[in-house]
Formats: sequence, structure tokens, C-alpha cells
Amino acid sequence: MSEEQENHTFETSMRQLEEIVQRLEKGDVPLEEAMELFQEGMKLSKDCHERLTKVEKQMTDVLSEDGSLSTLPEEEL
Amino acid sequence: MSSYLSVADVTTRIKRLLETSGMVQNVWIQAEISNFKRHSRGHMYFSLKDDRSRIQSVMFAGSNKNLTFTPEDGMSVLVRGDVTVYEPFGQYQLMVKEMQPDGTGNLFAAYEQLKKKLTAAGYFAQDKKKAIPRLPKHIAVITSPTGAAVRDMITTLRRRYPLVKVTLLPVLVQGPDAAPSIARAIRQADETGWFDTIIAGRGGGSIEDLWAFNEEETVLAAASCRTPVISAVGHETDTTLFDFAADLRAPTPTAAAELAVPDITEMREFVHDRRGRIHRAAAERFERAQDALKRLEQSYAFRYPKRLIEEKEQQLDWMTDRLKQRLQESGSRKREQERSLTNRLHAAHPKKQLERNREQLQERKHQLERAVRKLHQEKASRLELQLSKLDLLSPVQLMRKGYALPYAEDGKLVRSREDAPEKSMLKLRVSDGLLACRVESNTPIQKEDPPHE
Repeated sequence: MSEEQENHTFETSMRQLEEIVQRLEKGDVPLEEAMELFQEGMKLSKDCHERLTKVEKQMTDVLSEDGSLSTLPEEEL
Repeated sequence: MSSYLSVADVTTRIKRLLETSGMVQNVWIQAEISNFKRHSRGHMYFSLKDDRSRIQSVMFAGSNKNLTFTPEDGMSVLVRGDVTVYEPFGQYQLMVKEMQPDGTGNLFAAYEQLKKKLTAAGYFAQDKKKAIPRLPKHIAVITSPTGAAVRDMITTLRRRYPLVKVTLLPVLVQGPDAAPSIARAIRQADETGWFDTIIAGRGGGSIEDLWAFNEEETVLAAASCRTPVISAVGHETDTTLFDFAADLRAPTPTAAAELAVPDITEMREFVHDRRGRIHRAAAERFERAQDALKRLEQSYAFRYPKRLIEEKEQQLDWMTDRLKQRLQESGSRKREQERSLTNRLHAAHPKKQLERNREQLQERKHQLERAVRKLHQEKASRLELQLSKLDLLSPVQLMRKGYALPYAEDGKLVRSREDAPEKSMLKLRVSDGLLACRVESNTPIQKEDPPHE
């Protein structure tokens, strides 16, 4: 659940990052807001970057017909 | 001469006409093989014919190496290919890319029939297509657990986007049980609600091999799936009804994995790029603000008040000087005024008043004293006068004048004849002593003869 939330935040962060870049690049942002946006953007980019860098190796699950889960043996890949 | 075309020109034009029209490109043809010849270098040359016509055909080694059967004269086949022109002979021919024995002719009919039906039912409608999530968290891969396709998909997903969780739903992808297996897995994946995206497919194969993806059951499962579905069936040239029903068609399983997830390297670059852009944009914004400030500072509006201030400064100096002068001038006057006022103040001081009052009081006291003294003197002199008057009247004085006081023997003052009968002794008081006397006679005094006063 928390992982799902984290990933959700990640996507949101990416979107927010893009929005901030676009707003800043439009250049019509008041200076105080621009400073806030800049700090926010830096925080978001750091956050996103860390998430993208710190990747855990994901195991591939196998969902069988009866609904049971098992891990796919690596040698099969 | 230039109005004449060369033979080669005409052939080239015909070739271009044929190859760009699209009418005879990538077409499926049902025909019978004749004059089959296999060249030592691997290419196959033959004619395709039906009861009305024939066409020269060639199948190059690169295409025919996958054939699972050996073509022979009289064989009924289904072929896919492009009509081209062999320029040296000015001959058109069919370049065959794929060939299948024509047991499957009925499959194509079924395909077309189902396609028409499902299109009419709206299963392929573009507006029903769901967007594929850009950053999926969990992907379902529905395919055979063995073979290249599953390996290609999983490794591609992991390589491109290690953040995504992959769950494999193993299914049969070939044979009569494949369609129910695939349809069931799609529904199962959809019902769990775990997945952002479902990739379903298999590697390349013959039309029979891929047939499960042309069956109504599979197509309906994809069309009614709430989770976005990416189809990953066969090769680029294979088109199944499942592809039409899916939300996105990938040409191959590997391509499906690429379409399903972003490339993490690209994402890092994205973040890096946005970081740089934020830096630049912010720097630009601050620079702009700084420039604006500088411009404002240098503007007339800013410099004018500065000069104005300088002027006022000067004016202030001048006025201060004048003020000082005036102050000095008026200083003495003021001091005089002040002194006089001080004097007046001092004069008006209560002490003065008090002194004055005291003086007045003293004065009054003196006046009073004088008045009293005067009164006293007056009274004294009057008293003296009275006293002297009194003195004049005192018996002693009277006695000095000749009067005497007669006292009877009983000591009473003799005031009338009755008090001193004849022959009684009297004591006569004179101014300086007592005289004892005897009354010789006692007669009343005549009126005509009053005693001397």
C-alpha cells in the first residue's frame, strides 16, 4: 500500500516537476513565487532522481490460474 | 528526340506505378503452384495460377527459410507478397514473402467475417481506447511461460524501467485451448485490480499459430478489459483481431515492453534536463529582476529625485545658514526680551508680593502704632487735663484755696446745719491738718446774703 502511494507520488512529482519547469520558463511568474518554484523544483528533481537511482531488483511473480503467486525462477529468463 | 521515352524509362515508370500504388503490395493471394523450381542458391521460382490467370513468382531464400513445408507443383497455397517489376525483362512478378498451405483458406474467411462482426459491434472503436499509463507500477504479462517472447518482454521491461513490478500470467498461446486460456487470464488480471497495464501476446508464427488471437473469445476479453491492454502478437506483419481490440498494438513482444514503460535512462535525463531548465529559468528570472531593478535605479524617475534631493540639500544648507543668522540676530533681542520678562517675572514673584505685603503690613502696623500712640497721647493729655481738672476739684486743692471739710463728732461730713448743732464739737479738715472747733451758733443763711463761692 505504501509502495503504491510512493509510486503515485513519484508520478505526481514528475508531473509537478514538468509543470514547474514550464511555469518558470514562461517567465511571467512573480519573483517570490519564482524563488519558491525554483526551490520546489529542485526538491522534486532531487527526489525523482533519487528514486530513479535507488532501484531495487524486482522479482517477477507468476500468477497462476488458481490465483496463487510464486516467483519466476531467474534461470528461466 | 526528347519526346521519346526509352524502354528503360517506360519500365521504370511501370515499376514505380505498381510499387507505389499500394494496390498490389502486401496482398494475400490464394493460388496453385506450378513450374516450381528451387535455385541452387536457395531462391524459389514458380508460377501462381488459378483457373483464369497466372503470375510469375519468386520467393527468395531469406523469406523461404522459415517455410515449414516444401512447396510443390499443384499445391494449393496462400501467399503474401508484393507485385514488382523485373526490369531486365520488363516483366511483372510477385515477390512472395510468406506462404502457407491452403488448408487455412477457411481461416481467412473466418477472420474477415469476425472482423466485420466485431467492428459493427464497436469493439474496435477508437474512442474506446484507454490511455497506457506513462509510469506503470505493476504490469501483467500474459503469454506462454516458455519461449523467446516472455524472455524478451520481461528483460526489456526490467532493463528499461526497473521500477515496475512484473507479474507473469502463464497461458497457452497455441492450440484449441489457447483462446480460453488467454481470455481467462485477461479477465483474471483485470479483476485483481493490481495492474496498470496488461501485455498479452506471443512470438511470431504461422496464421494457425497466432489463431488464438483471432478468436472471438480473446478479442472480447481484450475489448471489455478495464485495464489498458497492449497486444504483442507475432511479428510486425502479423495483424490479428486482438490487435484491433487492444488499446495499443505493438509490432512485437519486445516493442510491447518498450511501449509499456519509459526508459529509466531517459527519465533520469528528463529529470536532469528539467533540473537544468529550472536552474536556467530561475537564473534568468532573477537576472531579469535584477536588470529591471538596475533599469529602475538608473531611470529618470530615480535619478530625478536624487537630483531633487541634492537641490533640497543645498537649499537646506542655505536655509540653515539663514536661520542661524536670524537666530543670532534675534538672539540678542530675544535675550533682552527674556531678561525683561525674567525681571518682570522676578518682580512678579510672590516673594516680592509677600515682601510688599509685609512692608504694607509693617506700614499699617506703624500707622496703627502711630495712631494708637497719638490716641494714647491725646487720651493721656486729656486725662491729664481731666486729672488737672479733677485735681482742681479735689478737696485738698479746694482746701488750698481755702475750703475746709467739717466732720461731726461721729465722723460724718457736715453738709448742713442739722449735722452740727450748737455747742457740738467739729473737726475741721484743712489742707494740711485738722482743726478742733466748737459750734457757737447755728443760724440759717439769708437769701440776700449768699456765701461766697
